[in-house]
Amino acid sequence: MNSVNTTITSEVTQPDEVAVPVQESKPAETIIEEGKTVGKPYSDDPKFKLRDVEVFYGDAPAIKKISLDIGRNEVIAFIGPSGCGKSTFLRCLNRMNDSIDICRVKGSLQLDDHDIYDPKRDVVELRARVGMVFQKPNPFPKSIYDNVAYGPRIHGLANRKSDLDEIVENSLRKAGLWEEVKDRLDANATGMSGGQQQRLCIARAIAVSPEVVLMDEPCSALDPIATGKVEELIAELSESYTIVIVTHSMQQAARVSHRTAYFHLGHLVEVNETNKVFTSPEHELTESYITGRFG
Amino acid sequence: MQPANLLLLTLVLAIVAYWLGYARSRSLAMPLGGIRHLKSLPFYYGARAALWSGIPALIVLGLWAAFQGKVIQMIVIGGLPEGIIPATDGEASLLLSKISNVASGALPPGFVEAPIAEAAERLQALRTQSRFLMSGLVISVAVLAGFLGWLRIRPRLNARSQVESILKWVFFACAALAILTTVGIIFSVAFETFRFFGKVPFTEFIFGSHWSPQTALRADQVASQGAFGMIPLFTGTLLISAIAMVVAVPVGLLSAIYLSEYAGRKVRGVVKPLLEMLAGIPTVVYGFFAALTVAPFISDLAASMGIEASSQSALAAGAVMGIMIIPFVSSLSDDVINAVPQAMRDGSLALGATQSETMKKVIFPAALPGIMGGILLAVSRAIGETMIVVMAAGLAANLTANPLETVTTVTVQIVTLLTGDQEFDSAKTLAAFALGAMLFLATLLLNVIALKIVRKYREQYD
Amino acid sequence: MTDQRSQAEIVRQSLKRRYRKERRFRAYGIMAIAIALGALLILFTDIIGKGYTGFVKTTITMDVQLDGEMMYLDDPTDERQIKMADFVEPLVQALIKEIPGATEDDRKQVRELINPYASVTLRDALKANPEWLGTTQTMTFLTHTDVDVYVKHAGDDAYSIKLNDQQKTWVDELLERDVIETSFNDVFFSGGDSRDPSKAGILGAIVGSLLTMFVTLILSFPIGVAAAIYLEEFAPQNKFTDFIEVNINNLAAVPSIIFGLLGLAVFINLFGMPRSVPVVGGLVLTLMTLPTIIISSRAAIKSVPPSIREAAEGIGASKMQVVLHHVLPLAMPGMLTGSIIGMAQALGETAPLLLIGMVAFIVDVPDGFFDSATVLPVQVFLWAGSPELAFIERASAAIMVLLAFLISMNALAIWMRKRLERRW
Repeated sequence: MNSVNTTITSEVTQPDEVAVPVQESKPAETIIEEGKTVGKPYSDDPKFKLRDVEVFYGDAPAIKKISLDIGRNEVIAFIGPSGCGKSTFLRCLNRMNDSIDICRVKGSLQLDDHDIYDPKRDVVELRARVGMVFQKPNPFPKSIYDNVAYGPRIHGLANRKSDLDEIVENSLRKAGLWEEVKDRLDANATGMSGGQQQRLCIARAIAVSPEVVLMDEPCSALDPIATGKVEELIAELSESYTIVIVTHSMQQAARVSHRTAYFHLGHLVEVNETNKVFTSPEHELTESYITGRFG
Repeated sequence: MQPANLLLLTLVLAIVAYWLGYARSRSLAMPLGGIRHLKSLPFYYGARAALWSGIPALIVLGLWAAFQGKVIQMIVIGGLPEGIIPATDGEASLLLSKISNVASGALPPGFVEAPIAEAAERLQALRTQSRFLMSGLVISVAVLAGFLGWLRIRPRLNARSQVESILKWVFFACAALAILTTVGIIFSVAFETFRFFGKVPFTEFIFGSHWSPQTALRADQVASQGAFGMIPLFTGTLLISAIAMVVAVPVGLLSAIYLSEYAGRKVRGVVKPLLEMLAGIPTVVYGFFAALTVAPFISDLAASMGIEASSQSALAAGAVMGIMIIPFVSSLSDDVINAVPQAMRDGSLALGATQSETMKKVIFPAALPGIMGGILLAVSRAIGETMIVVMAAGLAANLTANPLETVTTVTVQIVTLLTGDQEFDSAKTLAAFALGAMLFLATLLLNVIALKIVRKYREQYD
Repeated sequence: MTDQRSQAEIVRQSLKRRYRKERRFRAYGIMAIAIALGALLILFTDIIGKGYTGFVKTTITMDVQLDGEMMYLDDPTDERQIKMADFVEPLVQALIKEIPGATEDDRKQVRELINPYASVTLRDALKANPEWLGTTQTMTFLTHTDVDVYVKHAGDDAYSIKLNDQQKTWVDELLERDVIETSFNDVFFSGGDSRDPSKAGILGAIVGSLLTMFVTLILSFPIGVAAAIYLEEFAPQNKFTDFIEVNINNLAAVPSIIFGLLGLAVFINLFGMPRSVPVVGGLVLTLMTLPTIIISSRAAIKSVPPSIREAAEGIGASKMQVVLHHVLPLAMPGMLTGSIIGMAQALGETAPLLLIGMVAFIVDVPDGFFDSATVLPVQVFLWAGSPELAFIERASAAIMVLLAFLISMNALAIWMRKRLERRW
């Protein structure tokens, strides 16, 4: 594991090569080493290839040398205590941190082998490919139809009104919302319930057919029933999209994700198959967290 | 004694009352074993005595100073011999100014009729008497009330709660002054406006399309009664305000958008104060600029293009007024745009919208009600603006929509009718108040609507 | 997947067009700011360009022979004789001597070079120094405004030069020999208004403004603060309080000229107060400024954290004590800042003062609150309306003085906000 180093441009590291469990039970050794992640941080078919990513707010580091692969059509959950940097890290993946003046990102972040932070990289195109759903549902104060149609319209994805109608209907169907709203597409979206709003935001995000959907605690503002619906939706979407989900709820991570990454104070401590993380975590801190000793 | 000096004296008396009250409370407390045995601190006994002495005296002083002038005038007029008692208010005011000119020595007594010279003497005497009476009354009220307050100091007296409740009432009175001001405005314009409508029919004023308030000096002259149709003034005001809005709204809105969405912190730090500076320049300076620089420039420019433009074109006044309103529009829009939650921006940007798409399609529609409210406030400001139009727009009440012609506005006419020589109750002066009433109503309506929209908008995102 | 790929392709193709729009939108923003700042720049250059010469006066220095016979004067201490004496002749004679080639026949033309008020200056000097009679004194006088205009604006087409060619040659020559000189215009700062531009000054207007502002300040600040305290701390939640608040918000947006109508109807017509005096001006401006001061004072009170109040109430202080001992001192910097800004507005206000008669032509510097006066912005208005360009020049100069006052007041407010205001 120590070999997770700065050779960013090197060929894809084979997962079984690196996934050597080095952590024996060394109880005193709970200090995290920078850039050191236990478990299986790499994938053999990576959508995202992230190496030595560091994020600073002004001079304060928020993410410290994280390396991780996110596989194609994988659902990966980021968990960890508040302020561990999981949201910050997520927002690097479609450069939503750009709008924060003092935020700086270092390291190599590649989407399909192209650098995300390349100055020549087009952020509009990037975001069209990497969609995002936020913690609090944020529908635009427009009609339901206009909300979903917003993305296709700005990107010019539909040439005809009928195309657009189709995209809207498909997206709403995928988001499991169509039956609920098909009769009131002209109603203002802000009048919907919280759960509906969040599913609308998901529909809005998938209306532009992104390759990746980032979800930043998508259920934290929802009640259990709405949460259940959104989780079902995530499971369905995982067939055609790569999904990165930040969550506060370990149960949710356990329910929806293939792999789980545990963050702690800006470090990526452990990445493993989800059931492994929740049944036999390799790292001390992960264990402490999932057994509820802190968080 | 002069009111100003008397005011100072009253304050001195109040301070004296404070010290006496303070000392008395202490001396009452000493035999009981110290100030611990007083209900309140000595400070409050002193303050109570000071308030007892000061407040009634100040009220008396204020009332006397406010009404003495009018009362004396009435006595003087009333004391005039039969033949020259003025028939109308207008004559009365002329006569009064003559009398007071004689009294102040500006006009030698030999130049006027004997009764007027006598009246002047009486005026002088009355003024002296009034001043004596006022001084005596105010001082005795201060001393007496102060003494009473002082006398009633007891160790069991809760001076603190008394002082506090008096203060609270004083604070309340200060806040209620806002209502009094509004009432004052309404009454002062309403009263004269009704008198105006007694002379000129309401319908003629509202629907008349001809405005020429120059009433003849002698009743037998032709057109002795001027024309008071406010439509040309109304359209003139609207024309100039519209030009101002055409300048101010796009420039103000776009600069607010640029500053809040694009500009870096450094640029904002420089540009914002400069824009605010535009708001701090007195309107008379804008008027100067409009009348002496912009207006000649526009008429020269038009002439060079072969178009005829007046040297007092509506365009000049309107454009400069627009510049004046830019910071107003931009700061209101800035507030409104910043009130749109960041989540909206993030939501749009995350879908791959560019900043301008986000602005045009999400933020701006969301902020629109607030921006409309701000624009209404700006319109209300434009129609009430006075100095720019007084200096740069003309007096000719043309009914036109051509921005290169001269138009006049409601505010210009108010100023013109009320400055310079005037008869007090001619239709001409009263017309100014009627115009003022219309202006007040229009701006009030705009403000109420605008404030309501803005408040509703704010609540939406709070 | 193929669907996603092709969509990405569509997006990529649309980018060029969308970025062009983005750049255009950004350019509009920059243009808007450029227009606003450009207007500011043009305004300032225009006013400075028109007015900086207002700070320069043109004087003429010559040896004046104070001949008693010429002046019909043998005792300068005698008021009657002084009144009747001729103080113009010595000036004309002195100037004829200064101009080579000028003779007794040119006296009319020579006389037109000297300021009409120069004889008054000479009279006052002689009254002060009676022993000068019969001697020759080197003295400096203002030139005639026409000369002043010629000296300052000879090449400027906007100004019409009223001197004839003969006079121009003389003035050129006198300039060469430093008989006619330009220097800092102290007259502008030491006198009141005048019918003669060279003699006109702004001291009267400045004093009038100061008196008016003093009245405004001592009334509006305490009343505004008291009202703000009442509304923030004591007012019950009821309809009446709401009504007060609605009134204040509306008054803040009522056009200033309406306050002028109020002043005219209430203070002058109803109370019979005199016209054009600083007290009435101050009262009107107080009513106009109060809403601004109340609103900013309330904001200042609101920014004092509740923990301070709770701490003081916790040790048994009464509500009034909490307010006066703790909240008020902490809110004071914010209140002062707001008040300075309100006062700056009042200082630049013109319209309501026109209605209460502060537009009179007043030569004397006012010496009290009940003395007829004008104020700085009204003085600008009066001069700006004059057909004489020399007055326009003075108006521009007066605007510069007014702006200097306003900018320093605002700078003071900003400084106070930075230095004194506490952030929680």
